[in-house]
Amino acid sequence: MSRQHIISVLLENESGALSRVSGLFSARAYNIESLTVAPTQDPTLSRLTLVTVGSEETIEQIKKQLNKLIDVVKLIDLSESFSLERELALLKVKQNDAMVQKIDGLATDALARITDETDDYLIIELSGEKLWLDDFLSSIEGEIIEVVRTGVIGLSRGERSLTL
Amino acid sequence: MELSGGEIVIQSLKDEGVEYVFGYPGGCVLHIYDAIFQQQDVKHVLVRHEQGATHAADGYARSSGKPGVVLVTSGPGATNAVTGIATAYMDSIPLVVITGQVPRAVIGTDAFQEVDTVGITRPCVKHNFLVKDVADIAETMKKAFFLATSGRPGPVVVDIPKDITDPNVKVPYRYPEEVNMRSYKPTVSGNIGQTRKAVAFIKEAKRPVIYSGGGVVLGEASEELRRLSRTLNFPVTQTLMGLGAFPGTDSQFVGMLGMHGTYEANMAMHGSDLIIAIGARFDDRVTGKITEFCPNAKIIHIDVDPASISKTITVDVPIVGQVKPILLDMLAQIESLGETFDRERISAWWSQIDEWRAMDCMAYDKKTSTIKPQYVIEQLYKVTNGDAFVTSDVGQHQMFAAQFYPFDKPRRWINSGGLGTMGFGLPAAMGVKFANPDADVACVTGEGSIQMCLQELSTMLQYDTPVKIINLNNGYLGMVRQWQEFTYKGRYSHSYMDALPDFKKLAEAYGHVGMQITKKTDVEPALREAFAMKDRTVFMDFLTDSKENVYPMIEAGKAHNNMVMAPSSKFKADTAQSSLSSASVKRMPDGHKKAAL
Repeated sequence: MSRQHIISVLLENESGALSRVSGLFSARAYNIESLTVAPTQDPTLSRLTLVTVGSEETIEQIKKQLNKLIDVVKLIDLSESFSLERELALLKVKQNDAMVQKIDGLATDALARITDETDDYLIIELSGEKLWLDDFLSSIEGEIIEVVRTGVIGLSRGERSLTL
Repeated sequence: MELSGGEIVIQSLKDEGVEYVFGYPGGCVLHIYDAIFQQQDVKHVLVRHEQGATHAADGYARSSGKPGVVLVTSGPGATNAVTGIATAYMDSIPLVVITGQVPRAVIGTDAFQEVDTVGITRPCVKHNFLVKDVADIAETMKKAFFLATSGRPGPVVVDIPKDITDPNVKVPYRYPEEVNMRSYKPTVSGNIGQTRKAVAFIKEAKRPVIYSGGGVVLGEASEELRRLSRTLNFPVTQTLMGLGAFPGTDSQFVGMLGMHGTYEANMAMHGSDLIIAIGARFDDRVTGKITEFCPNAKIIHIDVDPASISKTITVDVPIVGQVKPILLDMLAQIESLGETFDRERISAWWSQIDEWRAMDCMAYDKKTSTIKPQYVIEQLYKVTNGDAFVTSDVGQHQMFAAQFYPFDKPRRWINSGGLGTMGFGLPAAMGVKFANPDADVACVTGEGSIQMCLQELSTMLQYDTPVKIINLNNGYLGMVRQWQEFTYKGRYSHSYMDALPDFKKLAEAYGHVGMQITKKTDVEPALREAFAMKDRTVFMDFLTDSKENVYPMIEAGKAHNNMVMAPSSKFKADTAQSSLSSASVKRMPDGHKKAAL
């Protein structure tokens, strides 16, 4: 049975390292739903988070193949334990009262705000679980001019961590 | 000591103990070539094509166990090397390939002879580097050799921009004693709990098979495999890549398995209750139909590469680590069982295997007056006392060599098993000869394959590397023709080669000895004559039966118990052999259609 997995990878922060990861996925016909990468506070390391879908066997192979890449220092499968996942989205819509009210009306713990406002346009910043973002975006009536999403990032809750 | 980048490249090779570099100069490696010119320790072999350089280095590595080293220029130099790099990658052969790159300042500008070498080779190397600073060359070279030769070996590419090899820029040189890479820690010894679990299965097995692969050769564990097999009294089958790790003439050896494996090996696999896979990767040419692979067997899998485990076949007892220490662990545990380990427990299994063996599945027509390719290989075996290094190209001749030349020692059988690269055999044979100057080296090839890297005949003359070329010339791309016969009703689409050169004259034109053998009775004397010419390369063009097929054959996607058998074997067409469980046996008719020319 196919299931979504979030895999977090500590990667040598070297040119070409990312292409080794993306090349592996295309060469072996694995899915990538999203992929996000940035340097960590240790500038020699990048942290890459990827969301993939596959059977348990496929996910196992993906993890083994990733580990086999020389630039991969360490990885964890966040889906194996209780973890926190977040995604950030920015969306641009035409200025409208309904949207302003919608944002204002959200529960206080929802991470959504109007980040930029001109006479004609609004930019809204959303962050939360991927599914919440999906729901929010599909609930918008009227035209969305642009959306940009970062892809999922995540951390394990509690003691389990991805560190050197 | 202060050295230029070019000198550092060569000094690193020297410090690594490298004897030969196979290469071809060009613009971006001129500084490095100038450094080669000014020293004597590292010897350079000028090939005629960069593909030849990689295959030669590969043959050197396979036959010696030492890494092969290649030096080529940027752009076409690098792209020509790619086939050889991929060949080494698929068979886990340690190579360090140094490629020139355009100067840093023009990288990315589509400069003359610029290509993204790191990008192009990424999917077919264990790792690659683009060196960006002269001060990093030595450490990168050390890393390259460490990566290429440790864990699961493989090719490593080091791409070096021309400007950092500038003879006018000197930096302090120190070759690191060792490198420590936080992201690369290959597993050595296996988990002892897993080995214990494996031994528990081994004690109970009634129909066991040891399925051993190239990892035993690469892991120098041939001796341990022999000891384990003899202690257990288990039948041993080997993959194409593993041949020689266990002696091919040993009575416990049931032959190669897989697509052109023996009837007894494949039937044993199919009927087995315990498979001990050692340094083998369950390649599709071995497994046949995955869903019907060893249906009743528990599987123990020893491999240095965790990604090889449960990749295509789910195993019961995975043991990750180097084959040698794991086999030693296993042996110690089994030996401690003493008398309680019952070797006779599997005697019924051996009787069954002997029955399968008696079917003589590789029988061929020995009465015919035409030269059968199998006959040539048998005579080659005889004339070389079974002790030659044999390289091969890819196709029917490769399978005939694997089937009819039983190797008793590891590293004697040199072929492109994974990638199946035509053109491999000749340059590889040259590389073998560099590593083993006193040994007999034969290149078993065909008129198709040999023409893919034929130019290396010239290199072989220049460097005096006498090899005997056994050209099984049947006028067809034999394996393609065989598949077309079996699965395309004899529509021989472009598998016939018209206008072949006169190989005898061609060999002579290159300064070698050429022979053409057209009569069966001449095969053995000609081989004796050729091998007596110790210091000459002899091109032996054998005109063989154009219609011979490789048997047995499991057609692609079929299971192990579904083999096509030779017309001359003891199998009767479509007759179930009562004593042979449920094997489905198909016998090919004798008649063959001729190609429409």
